[in-house]
Amino acid sequence: MTDVRVAGVGLTHFGSHPERTGRDLFATAALRAFDDAGVPREDVEELNYGNFMGALAEHQGHQAPLMAEAAGVDCPSTRYEEACASAGVAVREAVRTVRSGEADVVVAGGMERMTNLPTDEVTEGLAIAADDLFEVRAGVTFPGAYALMANAYFDAYGGERRDLAHIAAKNHANAVPNEYAQYRREVSVEEALDAPPVAEPLHLYDACPITDGASALVIVSEEYATEHDVDAPVAVTGTGQGTDRMALGDREHLARTPAADDAADAAYADAGVGPDDVDVAEVHDCFTIAEVLALESLDLFEPGEGIGAARNGVTTADGALPVNLSGGLKAKGHPVGATGGSQIAELTRLLRGDHPNSDRVPDAEVGVAHNAGGTVASAVVHVLEVAQ
Amino acid sequence: MSAPASNAGYDEWLDALAAGEGFALACPDGHGSLPPRRVCPECGSTALSEEPLAETGTVETYSVVHVAGPRFADDTPYVNAVADFGPVRLTGVLRGAEPDVDAVAVGDRVAVGVEERATDGEPLVVFRPADGEQAVSRPADGE
Repeated sequence: MTDVRVAGVGLTHFGSHPERTGRDLFATAALRAFDDAGVPREDVEELNYGNFMGALAEHQGHQAPLMAEAAGVDCPSTRYEEACASAGVAVREAVRTVRSGEADVVVAGGMERMTNLPTDEVTEGLAIAADDLFEVRAGVTFPGAYALMANAYFDAYGGERRDLAHIAAKNHANAVPNEYAQYRREVSVEEALDAPPVAEPLHLYDACPITDGASALVIVSEEYATEHDVDAPVAVTGTGQGTDRMALGDREHLARTPAADDAADAAYADAGVGPDDVDVAEVHDCFTIAEVLALESLDLFEPGEGIGAARNGVTTADGALPVNLSGGLKAKGHPVGATGGSQIAELTRLLRGDHPNSDRVPDAEVGVAHNAGGTVASAVVHVLEVAQ
Repeated sequence: MSAPASNAGYDEWLDALAAGEGFALACPDGHGSLPPRRVCPECGSTALSEEPLAETGTVETYSVVHVAGPRFADDTPYVNAVADFGPVRLTGVLRGAEPDVDAVAVGDRVAVGVEERATDGEPLVVFRPADGEQAVSRPADGE
């Protein structure tokens, strides 16, 4: 099996860019990825592109050929849609394609344009990641679904809003030096606690913002990197995916995410590493409670232990296991279809040593990325390692 | 009642719930699911039968929603809940209690029916607190 390397990463600024088209956002990320990789565009053999709600936001379906054109590549292109895990799946398929020997160079990433819509329409748009008949029509919103999970967690294991507020404060602090982040300002625990409610027990600072942005990665085989003298020091050594029942109410447990358990188990086994080997993690904190559920699914904490990880200082930038040094979805922003690719981009930069927060993890060799769709009916986990 | 679009299986289920004849689908092994459904998602059985829902359910989790999409704009704030009705859990809006996190608790007993969304009058699965007698008598029934 061919080893897979990340040759280059490209991101747009994550934030409010209501005037920028999706094609312009993705082209920007792709060109930055090519610059970073030093790989010519004509070597690209496939484009894997993640997008969730482009049909609603831009009245644009069939986006993959449009994005191939925008990125200046002439190759088969496919759009992947798995709600907020769309780009994670696009990356996973790129890894599998390169491993299989079908291609040596694949571009993977995604784009979401959101702020051109009014907030209530975005709320409605995001809700379509839930079961329309039995959840959305019954009043479930995207924040509301995670609020249901948060309350179920509190009931099962304990914990309180203050624990969640520490996660918000941690991730906002991490975003301050990140030039791509939407919110580069600190938020105190008290500010988070005092913010207006969105879907209780979740308040404004428990929720990720609405974001425009794109991500792109140039994924290559180790052979290609060697032959073309491409500097690609980070390898994707593990990939895993899981699926669960669509509606939260149909899950085995309302305060756990078995799809992510499955994805993590598969990714660790694939890489031949375990949770104890992980030095740094980027996880899908669309809401503060989601970071807790992610850490527990990744086996970095036992069920019931993840809630205190930020408050106890374990997952803060100077803790033993820094989580979301990019700022996470929470503060860096969450352009839904781009997020899974941006997590791999940030983790690559952290491991290469060229991320503004790399000095927080100078000896890190193993990183893990966790990307979830909906209320984690879909999950993708990747293991990245500094290549020996 | 009329839904904006027809969804065979679901529409009939909602009509039955509105008529006080709510049901779940169950396979011979007792796994519950909701229609339309051809295969038990747990075990793959295609022998699905309609079983009446329990008269009352138990709130397993809830939230108080303050920000909603256009279809619920005039319904906010409202309590959204997931309640266990035996072989299935149902998701709906809890009315008859203040939309306050302290006015509802996990473990509360609720009845289920169909009412109208305040925003546009479309049908909505609604829980209401089960009366005191039921709340007291149900656990005894189970013993």
